[in-house]
Amino acid sequence: MIVSLTVNGEPRTAEVAGFESLLWVLRERLDLRGAKDACLQGECGSCSVVLDGDLVCSCLVLAADAEGAEVTTVEGLGDATSPHPVQSAFVAHGAAQCGYCTPGLVVALAHLRENRPDASPDDVREALAGNLCRCTGYGAILRAAAEVLGRGDPGAGPVGDPDGTRSQGDGEVTP
Amino acid sequence: MHLVRPRDLDGVLDALAAHPGATLLAGGTDLMVEVNLQHRRPETVICLRRVEELRTFEPGFIGAGVTWARLEHGPIPALAELARTVGSPQIRAAGTLGGNLGTASPAGDGLTFLAAVDAHVVLASTTGRRTLPWSAFLVGPKRHARRDDEVILGVEVPDAAAWPQAFAKVGVRQAMVIAIVNCCVVRPADDDVRVAMGAVGPTVLRVPDAEAAVVGDPTPSAERLARFETLVRDGIAPITDHRATEAYRRHAAGVLARRTLERCLPG
Ligand SMILES: Cc1cc2nc3c(=O)[nH]c(=O)nc-3n(C[C@H](O)[C@H](O)[C@H](O)COP(=O)(O)OP(=O)(O)OC[C@H]3O[C@@H](n4cnc5c(N)ncnc54)[C@H](O)[C@@H]3O)c2cc1C
Ligand code: FES
Ligand code: FES
Repeated sequence: MIVSLTVNGEPRTAEVAGFESLLWVLRERLDLRGAKDACLQGECGSCSVVLDGDLVCSCLVLAADAEGAEVTTVEGLGDATSPHPVQSAFVAHGAAQCGYCTPGLVVALAHLRENRPDASPDDVREALAGNLCRCTGYGAILRAAAEVLGRGDPGAGPVGDPDGTRSQGDGEVTP
Repeated sequence: MHLVRPRDLDGVLDALAAHPGATLLAGGTDLMVEVNLQHRRPETVICLRRVEELRTFEPGFIGAGVTWARLEHGPIPALAELARTVGSPQIRAAGTLGGNLGTASPAGDGLTFLAAVDAHVVLASTTGRRTLPWSAFLVGPKRHARRDDEVILGVEVPDAAAWPQAFAKVGVRQAMVIAIVNCCVVRPADDDVRVAMGAVGPTVLRVPDAEAAVVGDPTPSAERLARFETLVRDGIAPITDHRATEAYRRHAAGVLARRTLERCLPG
C-alpha cells in the first residue's frame, strides 16, 4: 500500500508492504539512514524519531499506521554545514565513538531541548534512559547535553543514580 | 495484511464486527515487538491511534488509549508513579493502559493499580457494552475475557486521587525493566487496605489475608508489619523463571509490600 507522510517538513510517499516498521520505511524506502536498527524491540533507542510531536522508537511504529503523520529524523535537525546545536555540542565534546547510538541520542536531546529547555541534569538522565550507548560511557554525551540544556556540567559519572537518592537497596523504585 | 484505520469508535466497532478476531494496534510497544521478533503476522489489523474516544481521562474513567506519558502527569499518585517506571520516555509516549490490559502480562505495571482500586474494564462491540471487574477480565497469563469482536474502551476507577497510595517495583535497573515483583497499595480508609501484587502469580493478584492483618490499624506495630510481610510472602504464587527464582520473588514481595504499605500510613 502507499503511505503518505511528512518527513522533515517534506511530503513523502512510500510503497509499504505488510508489517514494515516506520524505521524500515525511513531507511530502505526513503533512504534516510540516520535512524538505526539495533534491537527492533524498543530497548535501545537508536531508532528514535519524533512522530506527531512525540519521541518514539520508530521500530515499534507500523509504517502503515503512520499515514498522515509528521516525522522528524536526525536528518531534519541539521547537517554538516548547518548543524543543530545538539549536533554541534556532540562534535565539540567528542560524544560519539562508533556513532551507532548518536542519531537516536541527538533526536532525543533535541526533543527534550524543545519541550523542556529548563531540564536539569537529572531530567537529562531520565530523558536518555531509553537510549543505550555501548561505547562512550555516557560522560561526553552528558557534557554535550549539559551545554545545550544550559545547566552546567552534570559530571561524567555513570548514568543512573550517582548519589543514591532514588533507589533503596534492593532496587525499589521510589521516584 | 488487511489494515483498517478507523477515525472513530464506531469505525472500530464496525471493523471488529466485519473482522472478528482482528488484531487491535494501539501504541505497538508489545505488538510490534512480536511482529519484529516473533514474526507475528496478524491477518487483519485495526489501528486505534486516531480514535479520540479512547483517550478520555477524567475522574472515574481512564480510556484504553491513554498513554503512560499522560498518566505520568495525571492526578492519581500511584498511577503516575508506576507510569514513570514503565520502559523509557519513548515507550511511555506510545504505550497505553489499554495495551497493558490487552497484553495481560502477569507483570504488567498498570494492572497492579487496577487490581488495587478494584477497577472495572469496559468493553464495547456493535451489540453493546459490558463491564467486568478486573478479576473477571484477567483470567490467566496473557489471557483475558475480551470477546474477539470487542474493544477495550477503558476502565472505571473510583475517584482515588486523594487516597493514600503507593507503587513500587523490583527490577534490575531503574529504567526499562519488566518487574520481578511489583506492588500497589491503596488505603481509602483506616478500615480499607488493598494490596495488589504483580509478577508473582498467573495474573496480578490481591492478598486478602495480608490486607485483613493491617485493616483498622493506622499505626501497626513492628510485629504486625512483620506478620503482614509473612502473609504476603505466603499469599502469592510465584514461579522461577529467567528473571528470578520463586524464593527470591517471595522474599522480595514481602519486603516490597511492607515498604509500600508503610508509605500509605499516616505520619
Ligand atoms: C522496551 C519496553 C519496555 C517496556 N516496559 C514495560 C514496563 O516497565 N512495564 C509494563 O507494564 N510494560 C512494559 N512494556 C510493555 C508495553 O509497553 C506495555 O504493556 C504497554 O502498555 C502496551 O501498550 P501499547 O499501547 O503499546 O499496546 P499494543 O502493543 O498496541 O497492544 C498490546 C496488546 O493489547 C491489545 N490492545 C491494545 N489496545 C486495545 C484495546 N483498546 N482493546 C483491546 N485490545 C487492545 C493489542 O491487540 C495487543 O494484543 C515495555 C515494552 C517495551 C518494548
Ligand atoms: S531498534 Fe528501535 S529501540 Fe532498538
Ligand atoms: S558511540 Fe557506539 S554505541 Fe554509542
